[in-house]
Amino acid sequence: MKIAFTINGNLQTVDIEDGNTPLLWVIRDMLDLKGTKFGCGKAACGACTIMVENEEVRSCSYAVKFAEGKKITTIEGLGTPENPHPVQQAWIEEVVPQCGYCQPGFMMATAALLEKVPNPTDEDIDQNIINICRCATYYRMRKAIHRAAELKNNSNS
Amino acid sequence: MSKKEKKSKGISRRKFLVRGGLGTLGVLAVGTYAFRNPLRRSMLEMAETMAPSYMGSGTEPNLWFELTKENKVIFHSPKVEMGQGSFTSFAQMIADEMDLDINQIEVIGAATKTGVIDMMSTGGSLSVGGLWQPLRELSATMREMLKIEAAKKLNVDVSNLTTKKGIISGKGKTITYAEVANDITEWDIPDTPELKPMKDYKFIGKPVKRIDLSAKVFGDPIFGLDAEMSDMLHAAIIRPSVVGAKFKNADVSKAEKMPGVIKVVQMDDWVGVVAKSYAQALAAKYKIDVEWTIEKRYTEEDLRNMLQVGKGNQSITQKAGEALNSDDSDVISMEFTSPIGAHAQIEPNGAVADYNNGDITIILSTQVPGATQKVVAEAFDVDAEKVNIIPTYLGGGFGRRLNTNHAVQAVQLSKEVGKPIKYIFTRKEEFQHDLFRPPTHHIMKGKLNRDGYLHSLEHHYASGDVAVNALIMPGFLTSALGTDIGAMRGGQIMYDKIPNHRAIQWHTTLPFATSWWRSLGLLANTFAIESFIDEMAISADKNPIDFRLASITNEGNKKRLYDVIKLAAEKGKYNDKPVNGRAMGFAASTDANSPAAHVVEVSIENNNIKVHKVTCAFDCGVVVNPDQVKAQCEGSIIMGMSGAMFEKMTLENGELTPTIYGPYDMALMKHAPKEIDIHFIQGADIPLPVGEPPMGPIGAAVANAVRRLTGKRLTDLPLKLT
Repeated sequence: MKIAFTINGNLQTVDIEDGNTPLLWVIRDMLDLKGTKFGCGKAACGACTIMVENEEVRSCSYAVKFAEGKKITTIEGLGTPENPHPVQQAWIEEVVPQCGYCQPGFMMATAALLEKVPNPTDEDIDQNIINICRCATYYRMRKAIHRAAELKNNSNS
Repeated sequence: MSKKEKKSKGISRRKFLVRGGLGTLGVLAVGTYAFRNPLRRSMLEMAETMAPSYMGSGTEPNLWFELTKENKVIFHSPKVEMGQGSFTSFAQMIADEMDLDINQIEVIGAATKTGVIDMMSTGGSLSVGGLWQPLRELSATMREMLKIEAAKKLNVDVSNLTTKKGIISGKGKTITYAEVANDITEWDIPDTPELKPMKDYKFIGKPVKRIDLSAKVFGDPIFGLDAEMSDMLHAAIIRPSVVGAKFKNADVSKAEKMPGVIKVVQMDDWVGVVAKSYAQALAAKYKIDVEWTIEKRYTEEDLRNMLQVGKGNQSITQKAGEALNSDDSDVISMEFTSPIGAHAQIEPNGAVADYNNGDITIILSTQVPGATQKVVAEAFDVDAEKVNIIPTYLGGGFGRRLNTNHAVQAVQLSKEVGKPIKYIFTRKEEFQHDLFRPPTHHIMKGKLNRDGYLHSLEHHYASGDVAVNALIMPGFLTSALGTDIGAMRGGQIMYDKIPNHRAIQWHTTLPFATSWWRSLGLLANTFAIESFIDEMAISADKNPIDFRLASITNEGNKKRLYDVIKLAAEKGKYNDKPVNGRAMGFAASTDANSPAAHVVEVSIENNNIKVHKVTCAFDCGVVVNPDQVKAQCEGSIIMGMSGAMFEKMTLENGELTPTIYGPYDMALMKHAPKEIDIHFIQGADIPLPVGEPPMGPIGAAVANAVRRLTGKRLTDLPLKLT
C-alpha cells in the first residue's frame, strides 16, 4: 500500500506491504533518518519519540498507516546546527548528552511539551518527560528544559 | 631513508608512527558499508571525502593520528566513547601538546584492521588516566616531527620554528601541518620532547564542550545500530527465555513462508532468520517453533540457596589484626543484600556484519573491539587481520559491551545469505540475556572499643561472577588467587586505623551470566559497609563524620579519603538530626583510587523516599575537563540511585523477569535530585578514574538518611519502605 505524509517539511510517499509496520522502521530504514532511535519496541522508553501534528508519539508503536496525510517531525527536522530549535540550543548550552542515544527522543518530547505548556514547572516536567536516560542526564535535562522554554518565549516575543 | 627509532618510556616502547595511508584508507572507503543519512555527514562520508596526507607506511600497524589536507587531525582512539566524555578529553590533550585548536581535532574509534588495538577494552574508568601520558607524549612527538620536516621545507633551522593552531612559523615563513605532511613517507622520530607545564595548557583543565555535542543534539547517525552496508538485509535470532535452556530443534516451515524472508538459518545450537526488513525478520522469527531442553527451572529460592556467605569459593581479600570471635557478646552483626541488576542501556546490542570470502567487516557498539576480533577470527578460522571491527559511538556501555560475542552469529548469518546483514537484540532479549550485575549477600560484623570507636570491622560478602569468566583477559582474571577482583571492588575496609579489620569473599558462578555493571561490586559493597558503619556510629552515639574520621590516617594517600569526607560534610552542612521532615545521610567510598563522599537530603513522600539534594566531594586527581567530570558525577549519582532504589530482576519459574522498562523500575526525571553540588579536591598529580567511583556511596547515603528520618534500617536493595 502507498502512504503519503509530510516529514520534516517534505512530502513523502512510501510503498509498503504491511501498513501495520511501525512508523519507526519506515523512518529509519526506508527514509534513512537515523536520529529516531529504537530502544524497546513497546513504547516504554521513549527513544523513538517524534512529533505527529505537534503531538508526542512513540513511533515504535505507531503503525505507518496512521501517518497518512499527517505532518511528522523528527529530530532531523527540529533544527539544524545553523538554525537550532530552542530545545537543541538549550541542550547545547547545558551540555546535556552523555552517550546521547536517548537524547533525540527527549528533545522531541520536550519540544512537544513546550507546544502545549510554554512555561513548564518542575511538576509539569516530572509528569510529562517520562522517557528513560540510562546515563541519567536528568539533572541537566531539567535545566535545559527550563532554558529552552525561556529561549522559545524570547524568540516568540 | 633510514628511520630513526628512539625508545620512549611513556609510549610503552612501542614503535609509533602516524599514518594517513591512501591505500589503507581505501579499506575503509570501499563502500561495503555506509551510513546513508542524506541530511548529515556521516563518519564514513567524512573518511571518504577526506584525502588524507600520506604519513608513514601503509603497513604500519599502529595508527594514531591522521592528518587531512584541511589541516585537521583525526585521532584513531583505542578507547571507545560511550558517554563518559573521554573523546573530548583526548582532544584537549592533543590540542595542547600538538598546538591545535579543539575544532581542528576529530576523534574516532580505531578500527581493528587499521588502528591501535587495545586488548584491555574500554572500561574501569581508565581511558583518560590510561592515555594521559602516552597521548600527550605522542602529540608532542608528532608536533616535533612536523617541525623537523618543516625545517627542511622552509629551509629554516628547527630551533627557530614555532607552532600554533596547526601552523608552523619561523623567519617570516609559514607552513601548515597538512602542507608539511603532504608528501612525507618516512619520518624521523625524535626523542620524546618534554611535556608542557600544566599552567601552559589552554584546554586541559578547562570546561571544554563535548566534541560530540553537535552530533548528539542533531541526531547524526553515529551509533552501532545506525550503521548500514550497501545491499544490507535484516536478521533476527531466537534466544531462549528460560535460563540455561539449550536449543534442541526447530520447525521453520511457517517462518520460511513469511513475507520478505530470504533464509531461515539453522545451526547446531541456534536458529536465526534473514529478511528484507527488520519488521519482516521479527515477524518470521515469531513463527519459528523451537524445542528447548530445559533441565531445571531456577527460582529465587534456588538463587538464595546458591548465593550466600559461607557458600562457594572463599578468599580472604583483606586481613589486619584479629578476627572477631563469634561468642563475643559485644559483636554487632547485620545482613545486607542486593538483587540482580540489568544494564538496560537504551541502545540494544546488535551488529552490522559482512562476510565476504573470508574478509569480515563488523560495525558495532562494543567496549572490546580487540577481543571481538579475536573471537570472530577463531569462530571462522581466519587470521585476525581478516576481521575488521569498526567500533562506533555506544548508546550506553556500562559494562554490557565488554562481551559482544553475538558478532559471531551476525557474521554467520551474513555468510549464509552472501550479503551484509544487520542484527538487533529485542528488548526482552536484552533483559534476559544481559550479563547481569550479580546479586550479593553481605554479613557485616563490628565491635566498638571502650571509647566508642571501631575496634573491629568485618565484611563477609557473597557474589556471583564479575571478573571471573569475563571475556577480557580471562587468564589473568580467573587466576587471580581465586578471588573475583571485580566483585571485590569497594569490598575492602578503607578505614585503616581500625585495628582489626578484614574482608572475606565468597564467590559463586550462577546459572546465568553475571559480569561488569558500572562500578562492579562497588555499589552493593559500599551499601553494606557504609550502612553498617552508620549503625555502629548510632550505637556509639557518635556523629558519623567524626566516627569515620577517627578511623582514617590523616596522611599519605589515606588523607585523600579523609579530606573528601570532611569536605562533603562541610559543604553539605551535614546534620545528624532531621529538620522539618528532612534528614541527611552520609557515606563515602574509595574506588580505583578515587575517593568520593556524599551527603544526601531526603524526605518521605507518599511512603516513597524522595532525594532532594546530593552534595559530593570527589578526588580524582587532575581534572582534565571539569564540566564532564561533573557530568559523570551527576550520572553516577542518579544511575546509582536508580540501582539502589528501584531496580531489580528476579527469577520466576526459570525466567529472568521483568523484560521491559517500566516493570523494570528505574530512576526517571521525577526521581532526580533538583540539586547536585559537586566539589573537587586534587589529591594527585595525574587524572584518576572518574566514571564509576562517585557511584559508590549513594545507596548507603540514602539508606542512612532514611534511618535517621524514620528510625528504620533498610538492609536490602532496592530500598523500599513498606
